[in-house]
Amino acid sequence: MTSARDWRGLLFVAPFLLLYSVILIFPLLRGVWLSFNQVDLFGDGHFVGLGNYARLLNDPIFGTSLINTFEVTLMIVPALTIIALGLAMALNRGSRNAAIFRGIFFSSAVLSVTIVTLIWRFVLAPDAGLLGELWKAFGWQPLPFLSDENLVLPALAITTIWWSVGFPMLLFLAGLQQIPGDMYEAAALDNASRWTTFSRITLPSLRRTVVLVVMLQTAAQLQLFGQSQLLTAGGPSGASRTAVLFLFETAFGRWELGYASAAAELLFLIILAVTITQYWATGRATAAQGGR
Amino acid sequence: MAADFRRGRLTPLGWAALVIGAALMLAPLTWAVLLSLKDNAALVGHSEAALHGPYTLDNYVAIFGNSLTTRWLLNSTIVALGQTAGVLILASLAGYGFARLDFPFRRTLFVIVLIGLAVPSQAVILPQHELFAWLHLHNSYPGLILPGLIAPFGVFFMTTYMRGIPRELDEAAMLDGASRWTTFWKVILPLTVPAQSTLAVFTFLGAWNDYWWPLISATRSDMYTLTVGLAAAQMNYAQTSGLGYLMAQAVFASIPIFIVYIIFQKQIVRAMAGTAV
Repeated sequence: MTSARDWRGLLFVAPFLLLYSVILIFPLLRGVWLSFNQVDLFGDGHFVGLGNYARLLNDPIFGTSLINTFEVTLMIVPALTIIALGLAMALNRGSRNAAIFRGIFFSSAVLSVTIVTLIWRFVLAPDAGLLGELWKAFGWQPLPFLSDENLVLPALAITTIWWSVGFPMLLFLAGLQQIPGDMYEAAALDNASRWTTFSRITLPSLRRTVVLVVMLQTAAQLQLFGQSQLLTAGGPSGASRTAVLFLFETAFGRWELGYASAAAELLFLIILAVTITQYWATGRATAAQGGR
Repeated sequence: MAADFRRGRLTPLGWAALVIGAALMLAPLTWAVLLSLKDNAALVGHSEAALHGPYTLDNYVAIFGNSLTTRWLLNSTIVALGQTAGVLILASLAGYGFARLDFPFRRTLFVIVLIGLAVPSQAVILPQHELFAWLHLHNSYPGLILPGLIAPFGVFFMTTYMRGIPRELDEAAMLDGASRWTTFWKVILPLTVPAQSTLAVFTFLGAWNDYWWPLISATRSDMYTLTVGLAAAQMNYAQTSGLGYLMAQAVFASIPIFIVYIIFQKQIVRAMAGTAV
């Protein structure tokens, strides 16, 4: 009896859609257009076709920033996923102690990137940092985490893992709560070992959560920016410059807006491709297993 | 709770790993608090002085004497509350529209909203910067707040939640002569309070911690949010008032968000449960 198929429904969605079109859809399309143009701070620029993209592919600074981004993502995502899963399994119990530990491991996740880097700068710095003081107490030479080309990406990865472990842990805890208790009872009756229980019950039941965590974290870390910008400004000599930092410097440092837009579009495509590949690969793996 | 039974007891080795992990989580935070309690001069060249007294609250007193830090706190509060209110209003309206009403192009429009979920902010930041420059909105509260209102996830979340509410409630209200608007406002909206609070906590956290947009949009130091202000303080660290003061700013800036977290812990955990299923 309620035939509400008329324009009045649009009134409810219009406020959001209006802002959404102006602030997201229009910039999205405008960004594609900009990427085909040579635009700087002055004037409207001119059409260069795929020129910006060709220049990107031959730009060693962009190439290095992409490699750095992939490296740091590979350092962070597997470690973060395993640590978060381990924590969730250890803390998936009702005791008061477990609740306190959960609070501790989640606490860093509510901080902003500026606070995190501010704190970690004075953990990592060799002259005024916590690790430096610790090393000195043992009579060792403090390691220059932020000024050594080989140490800087692991240092950013450790900072990021410390910062980001909370949300994946909560996701895994929520996933563990969904596993029916009788599956474990049956395993206990069969005298299954802890490893068998983990690999046959826990891990397969958490498959969806693992995929979710890996996909979300990969997409997030491919956009790693603040840690690199604030802790090292991309240094030393570009060893920690990430793709988004490259984009930021190109756009808001040198105001090469067309070139920066091309970098943004390329990165967007890479993130989409990686996410879709992960999704597709897990789908195939599931089909091969004949899983749920 | 059945959990203890499921996983068996944690081995001593497991407990040891947990305790070490917790120490690694807490050590940087403790170090920051200790540094913030030291006189700046005492820390020059000797940051290990933070490990023992004398401690002082001078750095915190200095923050309240510094009008900029308190201004940044005010800006962050206005921006975060503004975005939270805006997202709740827009997402509730759109959610009701998509969940309950039939209008031309409804499915297409919903798919267009879902596409927004996949767009990373870095892909649109340049044209957004250009747009807000045209509109003369940089260095203003609307300029800082508006991009945060584009929350496709919020619309998706509210649509899903409202679809779960039995349609009979709407129909009963409409039989009683209530208008669409009254049905939405008096019947449906009160039932979405749990979803509203979850969305509010996450929007607030995201807005409070956002660095990317205010970094680009707020170029005048009196329009900085706390995140950008602290970034600037961090970059100028060598020229400014010292390590103790810097750390006091970091601790000061994290207190409000820790309070929000402690109050809304339940919403955060419940939201995670919803996402993981």
